[in-house]
Amino acid sequence: MTAPLHESSADTAVAEPEPAPSGAKKDIEGRSLGRIAWERLKRDKVALIGGAVVLFLVLAAIFAPLITSLIGQSPNERHEDLIDPLFSTPKGSFGGMSGDHLLGVEPVSGRDILARIVYGARVSILVGFLSAFVAVVIGTILGTLAGYFGGWLDTVISRIMDMLLAFPQLLFAISLISVMPNDMLGLTGTGVRLMVMILVIGFFGWPYIGRIVRGQVLSLREREYIEAARSLGAGRRYIIRRELLPNLVAPITVYTTLMIPTNILTEAALSFLGVGVKPPTASWGQMLSNAVEYYESDPMYMIIPGVAIFITVLAFNLFGDGVRDALDPKGTR
Amino acid sequence: MLTYLIRRLFAVAVMLVVIILAVFCIFFLIPKWTGTDPATMFVGKQADKEAIEAVRQKLQLDDPILVQLFEFFKGIFVGRDYTGGGTTTHCSAPCFGYSFRTEQEIWPILTDRLPVTLSLAVGAAVLWLIIGLAVGIVSALKRGTIWDRLGMTGALAGVSLPIYFTGLILLAVFAYQLDLVSNKFTPFGDNPGEWFSGMILPWISLAFLFGAMYARITRATMLEVMGEDYIRTARAKGLREPVVIGKHAMRSTMTPVLTLLGIDLGALMGGAILTETTFSIPGLGQAVLKAINEKDLPLILGVTLITATAVVIANLIVDLLYGVIDPRVRLA
Repeated sequence: MTAPLHESSADTAVAEPEPAPSGAKKDIEGRSLGRIAWERLKRDKVALIGGAVVLFLVLAAIFAPLITSLIGQSPNERHEDLIDPLFSTPKGSFGGMSGDHLLGVEPVSGRDILARIVYGARVSILVGFLSAFVAVVIGTILGTLAGYFGGWLDTVISRIMDMLLAFPQLLFAISLISVMPNDMLGLTGTGVRLMVMILVIGFFGWPYIGRIVRGQVLSLREREYIEAARSLGAGRRYIIRRELLPNLVAPITVYTTLMIPTNILTEAALSFLGVGVKPPTASWGQMLSNAVEYYESDPMYMIIPGVAIFITVLAFNLFGDGVRDALDPKGTR
Repeated sequence: MLTYLIRRLFAVAVMLVVIILAVFCIFFLIPKWTGTDPATMFVGKQADKEAIEAVRQKLQLDDPILVQLFEFFKGIFVGRDYTGGGTTTHCSAPCFGYSFRTEQEIWPILTDRLPVTLSLAVGAAVLWLIIGLAVGIVSALKRGTIWDRLGMTGALAGVSLPIYFTGLILLAVFAYQLDLVSNKFTPFGDNPGEWFSGMILPWISLAFLFGAMYARITRATMLEVMGEDYIRTARAKGLREPVVIGKHAMRSTMTPVLTLLGIDLGALMGGAILTETTFSIPGLGQAVLKAINEKDLPLILGVTLITATAVVIANLIVDLLYGVIDPRVRLA
């Protein structure tokens, strides 16, 4: 099949860019926004590295059981024989690193750190993505409604957004999670905590998306092409879904990719403060908070989860910056 | 101007009422919906029936939530009386009630801890403004050079590092290995030198994170501003470059920085939870984390209110300052 010279307008807003056909001719060719962005992103080596790390982390999170069975360790198996009974820190240097335990073991319990890091990635990635999804859904719906209909609806939604942005968020997140019962809606322990964290982080995140969507819709709805659609007899639903939303895909994509690392940091902070997932489920923030007691005697225990958070958040930020530059050529970076 | 102020103050009042309502809902309504008895929650699961009943009486948990709310507001403005066990105690305004756990009055706890948090936030803010603005401006003016790349790489690392991790690394290296600074908090009144030594690492940790954000914003804004027509005009009329940058470009660059500063300083009043936990600083953040774990509602309400008030007042001041910095902004 030959490379298409023309792409239908419905494809102009495809967020997932398809790979460019090899050997495409350099002459004038209709290119979709997704294609243009992908071509730009391909030239941005740093962003690509960030993207590759993100992909690797997502895969590691999905296939965590496979990875731990490959290294022959499980996240909750205790190895007390590897712990120095006098100081309760791991025997050997660098936190007990060895051929069996590549990143060493935890103080006291002797659980394998690599296995716990891999399982901790599941929590971070899951909460990071799903809470961003919650924020995007609420933010897009309310932002579009506020921008398109204006009037009192806009006033109410905008006030709510302003108020949420000025809320002491971490405080409310901790308070909310602390009063949640152990089991609800058929979930128990960690399941409840995960769900509440996703909802709370998503709930405090939607105004960021909502404000951007509202601003975009506000300016888009005055454009001629919307007027043209309206004069051709298009209904509100059609205009919003077929004319407005495709134009919002780019800004929403950018802010979502930049929101995920923030959410991962929030999840880690909540776990650090003891209101994240419940032990023995592993999470990076919780490992760091356990490591506080050992920062003098077993610094590796603190460094490994810290570096894991750092690499993850950095990769998402690099990738997000790249996506922004690719989708927004006017950007000043 | 006056109508603007009145409107803003009204919005502030609404905001504070909503926040109090939200806290009440979290600790009274949600446990009700999910089937946990608030009185049991405050006393603990092991407590016997009488203890739970006593708490219910003392906290007036059987009163409708609106009555409880009214009592709470009354306490803040005119003080309120508590009746329990045959005696009546008067708590004078501003009364935030008594801690469920220690039975101390809340207001003195808040006024004890506020200066600690304030010194943490303000000291860090001075540092991060200097670092953030300097790095941001240099990166923007020397765009594409090694300085720009170094600055922006550092800034990206700064926003990607959790503050408690930076804090722990700093503690391990500078307080434990090199023994240069103190690893614990000393009140200013006890020993100003020790206080300073103990505050350096918390300040640096906070400043690294926020300085990184400010550097990114400053650079982006500066680049945008330098492309504006009025900068070209300023250059065309023969102004020297330092004047163009210092006087003309800086003014516009300050606007978003100021917005952020208002939000961040306000939020830090109660949001320095992570920093205060990492460095064991007895500020409001540490108090509120303990209060949340102990379900000490009056203390949580007190800190939340202080934080929210700080946020809205900081935002109000920032909005008023806009008019000074940017002549295009008219407050109406």
